[in-house]
Amino acid sequence: MAVETTFDFDMMLSSAREAYGEELMAIADEGIDFAFVCSDNAPESCSAGKMMSKYPERCVNVGIAEQDEVGIATGLALSGKVVFAQVFGPFLPLRAADQIHTDAAYNDVNVRLIGTHSGVTSGGGPTHNVIADLALYRAIPNLTICVPADAGQCRKVIRASLTHQGPMIIRISRGGEPDVYANNDYDFEIGKAITVRDGKDITLIGCGPSVYWALMASKELETRGISARVVDMHTIKPFDAEKVIKCAKETGAVMSVEDHSINGGLGGAVAEVLAEANLDCKFKRAGLPDQFAVLGSPEEVYKYYHLDAAGIADTAQALLGK
Amino acid sequence: MSANVDSKLVAQLEDKSYKIRKDLLNFVYHIGMGHLGGELSIVELAVALYYKYMNYDPKNPQWEERDRLVLSKGHCGETLYAIYADLGMYTTEYMLEHFESLDTAVFGQHPNRKYIDPIEVSCGSLGHGLPIAVGLALGARMQKANWRTFVVVGDGEIQEGTNWEAIMAAAQFQLGNLVCIVDKNRLQMSGATADTMNIDPLDEKFRAFNWDVMEMQGNDMADVVRCLEQLPPSTIEKRKPLAIISNTTKGCGVDFMENTWKWHGGGIAKEQLDQALASVEKKYQALIANRK
Repeated sequence: MAVETTFDFDMMLSSAREAYGEELMAIADEGIDFAFVCSDNAPESCSAGKMMSKYPERCVNVGIAEQDEVGIATGLALSGKVVFAQVFGPFLPLRAADQIHTDAAYNDVNVRLIGTHSGVTSGGGPTHNVIADLALYRAIPNLTICVPADAGQCRKVIRASLTHQGPMIIRISRGGEPDVYANNDYDFEIGKAITVRDGKDITLIGCGPSVYWALMASKELETRGISARVVDMHTIKPFDAEKVIKCAKETGAVMSVEDHSINGGLGGAVAEVLAEANLDCKFKRAGLPDQFAVLGSPEEVYKYYHLDAAGIADTAQALLGK
Repeated sequence: MSANVDSKLVAQLEDKSYKIRKDLLNFVYHIGMGHLGGELSIVELAVALYYKYMNYDPKNPQWEERDRLVLSKGHCGETLYAIYADLGMYTTEYMLEHFESLDTAVFGQHPNRKYIDPIEVSCGSLGHGLPIAVGLALGARMQKANWRTFVVVGDGEIQEGTNWEAIMAAAQFQLGNLVCIVDKNRLQMSGATADTMNIDPLDEKFRAFNWDVMEMQGNDMADVVRCLEQLPPSTIEKRKPLAIISNTTKGCGVDFMENTWKWHGGGIAKEQLDQALASVEKKYQALIANRK
């Protein structure tokens, strides 16, 4: 099914953090069982907090203890539950790396770790940035890694996770990010990337909030006479290598865009696929450089590192030598 | 100190512990790797749990209503393997053939729940079992199920900070269906626990964290029985979680392994096996002699 994007729309902001809580509430209202864990990060003012108030018997707040949170979530899953655990993103991948690896992944349980405030979306500087998580997660067996492009897609990931087997990471932003999809009338499947806009000169592959900025970059590139395809790589593992190869063959140039270190994340995954496929393809990674990021709002930081629409368009144009 | 316990039961469990200890030594000799110090210190505890105090059916290890045992000190899994063999769940031959045997491996030094039915949680990295056990106990409560979660941690392991997060959580949630047993053999890999990073007074620490505490001499079966007979019934209602401090001897039963950190890990040569079995036999005969 073709997707309808916000390409021609004014920017519409929404929050995956709110959306997933609303979706969990809806799922609970439908009588579907699950357990929910948080670590002092789901106050009643947010949708997950409201769900906790309505369904307290299935919810646990473990306090400020992310390692314990992942361990407890694993135990709950071993008792037979599908478990959603909201973790403040900056303190999930590195603080609880051992628990993600050894508890959730090695035990191969149905835990869904929802890491919020990912990339630089939290603001507040490098202590609150999440820049190395995808590199870590990619190297952990059994993990499925989803990075929904917007709030609506986050709902689809939550729904799909109900029947998915094994541990999942759901990497979302702080909230207040632009929508990519104008509606939710499109098919979503874990592991199947989505072409959100067609193009023939270059493919911009993004994940999470970067999909929107890639889409806007394609708009900018259009004015410069460059036709850019945009792909939403919402699942980092299992990785849709077929889609990458197809795009590389058809457009001859590929650029990854992500709110993550350029090392080891989406760009790393794309680079590995391209290198092993021996394709004659131009390639560039766009992401956060190998340094602790400058301080500023997400929009300012994106602009500074050329991850906004104009910056992505400039990098793509330079890659094409036009 | 162990008056009024069922002496027949104690004798049965002692006999079983004697067999398990010998089986364990033979097993470690054959595979050439293990963690005998800690594996020997938990023998009486593991025997008491599997043969008496856990609600458990070895013919149906996935039975929903079973009590769960989380061996957080996963490096001591071979003690459980010896028990599984004795319970008829696996043959020793099968276990030896499938021990760390690459793509046919079922058993390993650190047990994997995905390959071994009776293993509830894959453990090996220390400090993981107690948080997971808290999750299991919470899960039982959510399901209004009556099964109990036992978790066995080492005293050295308690140095890992994650335990204390879980100790707080278990008290906060008042998990009356959780029992944490600390195998306090007073030694860790490179020396005495007290000299390395002292964990005492452990009983006072648990109490300060709002746990109930019981204590037992974990290699004295009469005292293990005395203690475990006092286990309050498991409940999903709110009640303090229970810690049992099991005072044990690292390497218990084998004179040259007892009370030395040097037998934390490794294999055992044939000559050492023979000496070890002789030591176990000698101690067992002395035990029997004392029964009269």
